[in-house]
Amino acid sequence: MSTDEILDYDSAFEKYEPVLGFEVHVELNTKTKMFSSAPNEFGDDPNTNVNEVDLGLPGVLPVVNKAAVESSIKIGLALNCQIAETCRFARKNYFYPDTPKNFQTSQYDEPIAFDGYLDIELEDGEVFRVEIERAHMEEDAGKLTHMGGAAGRIQGADYSLVDYNRAGVPLVEIVTKPIVGAGKRAPELAKAYVAAVREIVKNLGVSDARMERGNVRCDANVSLRPIGQEKFGTRSETKNVNSLRAVEHAVRYEIQRHGAVLESGEKVVQETRHWHEDTRTTTSGRPKSDADDYRYFPEPDLVPVVASREWVEELRATLPEPPAEHRKRLKAAWGYSDLEFRDVVNAGVMDLIEETVAAGLKPSAARKWWMGEVVGRAKVAEVDPGELGITPDVIVQVNGLVEAGKINNKMASEVLDGVLAGEGTPEEVVAARGLAVVSDDGPLLEAIDAALAAQPDVAEKIRGGKVQAIGAIVGGVMKATRGQADAGRVRELILEKLGVEG
Amino acid sequence: MTQEIIRSTAAQLAEKLAAKELSAVEVTQAHLDRIAEVDGEVNAFLHVNTQEALAVAAEVDAARAQGEELHALAGVPIAVKDLIVTVGQPTTAASKILEGWHSPYDATVVKKLRAAKMPILGKTNLDEFAMGSSTEHSAYGPTRNPWDLDRIPGGSGGGSAAAVAAFEAPLALGTDTGGSIRQPASVTGSVGVKPTYGGVSRYGAIAMASSLDQIGPVSRTVLDSALLHEVIGGHDPYDSTSLQESWTGLAAAAASGDVKGLRIGIIKELHGEGYQTGVENRFNESLELLKAAGAEVVEVSCPNFQYALGAYYLIMPSEASSNLAKFDGVRFGLRALPEDGPMTIERVMGATRAAGFGDEVKRRIILGTYALSAGYYDAYYGSAQKVRTLIQRDFDAAFAQADVLISPTAPTTAFKLGEKLNDPLAMYLNDVATIPANMAGVPGISIPGGLADEDGLPVGIQFLAPARQDVRLYRAAGALEKLLEEKWGGPLLAQAPVLGGAK
Repeated sequence: MSTDEILDYDSAFEKYEPVLGFEVHVELNTKTKMFSSAPNEFGDDPNTNVNEVDLGLPGVLPVVNKAAVESSIKIGLALNCQIAETCRFARKNYFYPDTPKNFQTSQYDEPIAFDGYLDIELEDGEVFRVEIERAHMEEDAGKLTHMGGAAGRIQGADYSLVDYNRAGVPLVEIVTKPIVGAGKRAPELAKAYVAAVREIVKNLGVSDARMERGNVRCDANVSLRPIGQEKFGTRSETKNVNSLRAVEHAVRYEIQRHGAVLESGEKVVQETRHWHEDTRTTTSGRPKSDADDYRYFPEPDLVPVVASREWVEELRATLPEPPAEHRKRLKAAWGYSDLEFRDVVNAGVMDLIEETVAAGLKPSAARKWWMGEVVGRAKVAEVDPGELGITPDVIVQVNGLVEAGKINNKMASEVLDGVLAGEGTPEEVVAARGLAVVSDDGPLLEAIDAALAAQPDVAEKIRGGKVQAIGAIVGGVMKATRGQADAGRVRELILEKLGVEG
Repeated sequence: MTQEIIRSTAAQLAEKLAAKELSAVEVTQAHLDRIAEVDGEVNAFLHVNTQEALAVAAEVDAARAQGEELHALAGVPIAVKDLIVTVGQPTTAASKILEGWHSPYDATVVKKLRAAKMPILGKTNLDEFAMGSSTEHSAYGPTRNPWDLDRIPGGSGGGSAAAVAAFEAPLALGTDTGGSIRQPASVTGSVGVKPTYGGVSRYGAIAMASSLDQIGPVSRTVLDSALLHEVIGGHDPYDSTSLQESWTGLAAAAASGDVKGLRIGIIKELHGEGYQTGVENRFNESLELLKAAGAEVVEVSCPNFQYALGAYYLIMPSEASSNLAKFDGVRFGLRALPEDGPMTIERVMGATRAAGFGDEVKRRIILGTYALSAGYYDAYYGSAQKVRTLIQRDFDAAFAQADVLISPTAPTTAFKLGEKLNDPLAMYLNDVATIPANMAGVPGISIPGGLADEDGLPVGIQFLAPARQDVRLYRAAGALEKLLEEKWGGPLLAQAPVLGGAK
């Protein structure tokens, strides 16, 4: 495998500008498959979720899954698309063993949704509009596992295993129009676009939207053209880039690779590219010409899908609030600053805070816990905050313990460690680790006396009405009790002792 | 006794079974015996389903003895074209590529036969994947015409037609993509019906051309076809193209025998030049009989029918090329390995298809692949679809003038085995009168019209009706059958040479 030359990222932009295009495949989470009654279920034993239709046995006929059509219309609406009043399926003919009929039932020139757009908000708040060409329905192929040989490819394999569980799973393929004008932010836009699509389908409830399971898969088209030139350059299509980070890296890499090819006076080859996460590079796949002949023709075994305007409007009425608007509303309701809110979103804890607030916490408290206690731990563990093991419920319980004066903030952090270590609920961790604050006033009063005696000038200030000076005394008490005291109670007792109103 | 049983119609057998004059086992055994006696010569069957057929018959007899309510055709045996999948019997489509394959599921029509408790005698021969008009393209040897064993029984459903004509079965199922039920009926002196497209579920019929294929009844009388049509018709949620209609009143229409006031349109383009003299004579004779019985005969013109054959030979192979792609040796059926060179999946698929498909199948796959190719699609497949629309308009105009249309079913009587085997175009021309119905989705029937003067072989008369008006076919055909049989003094098949030991 030869290594391609790449150009320094910034240098690529001295002469060229990138043009992007994305094909995002979304697996729908319908109960059954696109054209058969077999279960649409991930992770079962190979070839168990299949019937005669999925296997393409002689004599079978497809029947369109109405729930899949509904989901497709919802996706179209969420992408601000027109919905076709009537549209047909077509057969895409090619021989490959993951496709049991040796044709894929797809949509060709009559997609169910077309002419839409999506406004993508970049990290700094800049909004970039991506035009959607179409969103069409199709069926997924089976899964091949190539055994022996190198790199898990069919070339050189000794034999291949095929699992048809995925064959016939409903897919919606979302195709953008060419995206121009992103400039150096192209990789960032790429990531944000795929993230937005994933968020939309998840929010609609039409897909499990788990990229690591292939529920959302991205093919990224990249080309460069000399600045000022109208005509697009030759594109490459990097297939199956299956994480948000990989989308960003793949686009960045391809810009650099194309730049080097063009700078050396060569021509970019129109082809598919394979993404390698380990090296963060792509390698050559198969040549892809615009004249690939799939001998498309209308699927004669299916009647056209008719989407009456009434039905479309009924579905539109069921759409949940779009994620971008949802965010705007939450930001206003929570009273966060721009910066605070962006941090929350970028840290991936917005949904978690939303659940926590819904459970009764103040937005400021919820943010404090998630940003202060959970995000850092998640980063260390290299997982998403939601996957760390701290639930909104745990946060609510811990916060409750603090507010009740049973533990203080420092202990709260220890309680979370305990929960993560599998020691049980927050209450159980408090009990097991003996973390309760000292609530017997006796020892506290002793410590307060000692602290006041040690800082007589501060005591005098407080007596004189400068209550804000009390921190020094509280600090002294906390130090003396090694943090076991309830700071709030300590404060009350000091004021009482000095005869000052708090 | 056996002779009496096998020469009975399905309706007569049903009556005798209901009256307990005959048992289902007797009836089934008589047909199995007949198959054993004559099928060595005829080769109508690719598989005989002795055990299961007798078991079903015994079930019927037991149920009847218990006084259970049974379907009218319960215990009446039937043969099934081997293009239709059946659990418990092999399904080959008369191709080497499916030799020995057993379907794990039943076709919807087979489920309906089982629900009616009709014993399935076996699977009948056909041109490979229903591609042909003579049954000579079967990978398992040709079926022979019971009227003359040196002649073809028509095709693709030559096996089903010959089986009923040779009294091996009272009923059979066929499939009709361009005439595969009606043309065999025509050349064997039997009855065959292509229902309205969508009238009978296609689920489990191995597809040749999805937009043209239709399963239908094969029998010796119009009434028997009507009775079978009522069993197999109706909506199927497994076939998106199936109609919502339920089919009743067909048998009553067949039995009514009345054409008084019926407007019958002669299709100007479907007789005369290119039609054998004896065929033309019998056709004219039928017209006279119908007129005498009070029908109003008018002439209609369908000018676009001249393009039907050409358009058919673009649409059919296009769809077939895609439908037959699944036969690749990966999941089922034959797998052939390349004799030399690298063992890649493409080469295994290629070797399998090279070894498993016959010449006619390959010819159509190549034609269809070409017609669908980028750059040719509009000129070929696209234009052919436009012709289809024009043919539908011709039918609409014709049915504005007539209740049913009439023509000879085929331009000639049965030709000799081998006569047209090396001339595909001559073979294709056989279907010139039957193809328009498939292109427009309208129903058609072929019934015996007598024997041609020059060769003494059967001639078929075809009626066509508007989509969903299958009942009109039965009314018109039932009436003509009655008029002709009065003239002949009995069914045409009574004049057929006697096969087997009882000479």
